Amino acid sequence: MHRFANPARFLRIARVLTLPLTLLGLGLTAAGLWIGLFDSPPDYQQGESVRIMYVHVPAAWLGSGGYLGLAVASAVALVWRHPLAEIAARAIAPVGAAFTAICLISGALWGKPTWGTYWVWDARLTSMLVLLFLYLGYLALSSAEAERGGGKAASILAIVGVINLPIIKYSVEWWNTLHQGSSIRLSGAGASSSIAREVLLPVLLSVAGFSLLFGAIVLMRMRAALAQQAVAARSRRIAAAYT
Amino acid sequence: MNATKAPMKPKHQRLVLLALALAAMAGALALGISALGSSATYFYAPSDVFAKAPAPGEAIRLGGLVQKGSVQRLPDGLTLAFRVTDNARDVPVRYTGIVPDLFREGQGVITEGHFDAQGTFIATSVLAKHDENYMPPEVEGSLHKVQGKVTS
Repeated sequence: MHRFANPARFLRIARVLTLPLTLLGLGLTAAGLWIGLFDSPPDYQQGESVRIMYVHVPAAWLGSGGYLGLAVASAVALVWRHPLAEIAARAIAPVGAAFTAICLISGALWGKPTWGTYWVWDARLTSMLVLLFLYLGYLALSSAEAERGGGKAASILAIVGVINLPIIKYSVEWWNTLHQGSSIRLSGAGASSSIAREVLLPVLLSVAGFSLLFGAIVLMRMRAALAQQAVAARSRRIAAAYT
Repeated sequence: MNATKAPMKPKHQRLVLLALALAAMAGALALGISALGSSATYFYAPSDVFAKAPAPGEAIRLGGLVQKGSVQRLPDGLTLAFRVTDNARDVPVRYTGIVPDLFREGQGVITEGHFDAQGTFIATSVLAKHDENYMPPEVEGSLHKVQGKVTS
């Protein structure tokens, strides 16, 4: 952990990683979407509208996975006071919020042809909307704190919001919802995934591709934030030298 | 034995605080979920309806499967009559209007409406629920063939 807390070392690693992550992410996303949109079968009940899944599922995964990253980074920033952790949290938040919004929008567009409605206030849809609001709250608080210089409220909000993640995950099991249960099970018997292999392959490809792109964007945002800090520090030094 | 304990490092203090906060949050979540109970549920199954017996006219949502062989179009040409089942109990439903494409016998639905005095559920909206199975049409066809062989 401490090895990566050094900004200079982090920048060296990030500089090497950004390009391959971006290219690999674009390639996997393109492959997943191509197979999903053109080379996979329609669903036995939904027909062609099932293809919205190839955007909806990766967006949902990154919306919630990104929030976990935001909360872990905030916890590290609070406990260990690593300057990089706060930069990571600020870099993740808008990207995660964007994917959550993509998840909600694609879900609404998928809901209309299959369920017959864009939106219902069931537990899964509502908890996902709450996730978006948590992201927006974090963004507002952290930018207010950045203007005033320091503060912990945004990090605390991010950690408290983690409570929403198990609610999202298990909402379809704890309560009756319009949203169906999970199709892909990570634990237990892998064979019990109730999803045909030719449908699962493009889902997994686009999940992997979206995730790598997410990582690349976060690295780029962190590098930009560090560069901005360096510029600010240098201009302060120059200003001090000339006065 | 040394009676005076060394003071905790601030870093460790913060870590303990964070762990306590997470434990408190998990506890709050568990309490909240158990207090919410079924009130956060989006719809009732037919068995719940029999257990709770909602008053006629009370607005509720009823969800379940459309019972096979129960869908009838009434003579007015607009009203559908069908039964919603959870494979334990079933409830007669009437709905006037357009149903979603996925509405069919054996399929999950969520209907919104109220019971009339005769115990028929008068739905004002019908949503189709779909399950977590995704497969191409050919696979579904062959599954039916296999099931047909077993049952016949």
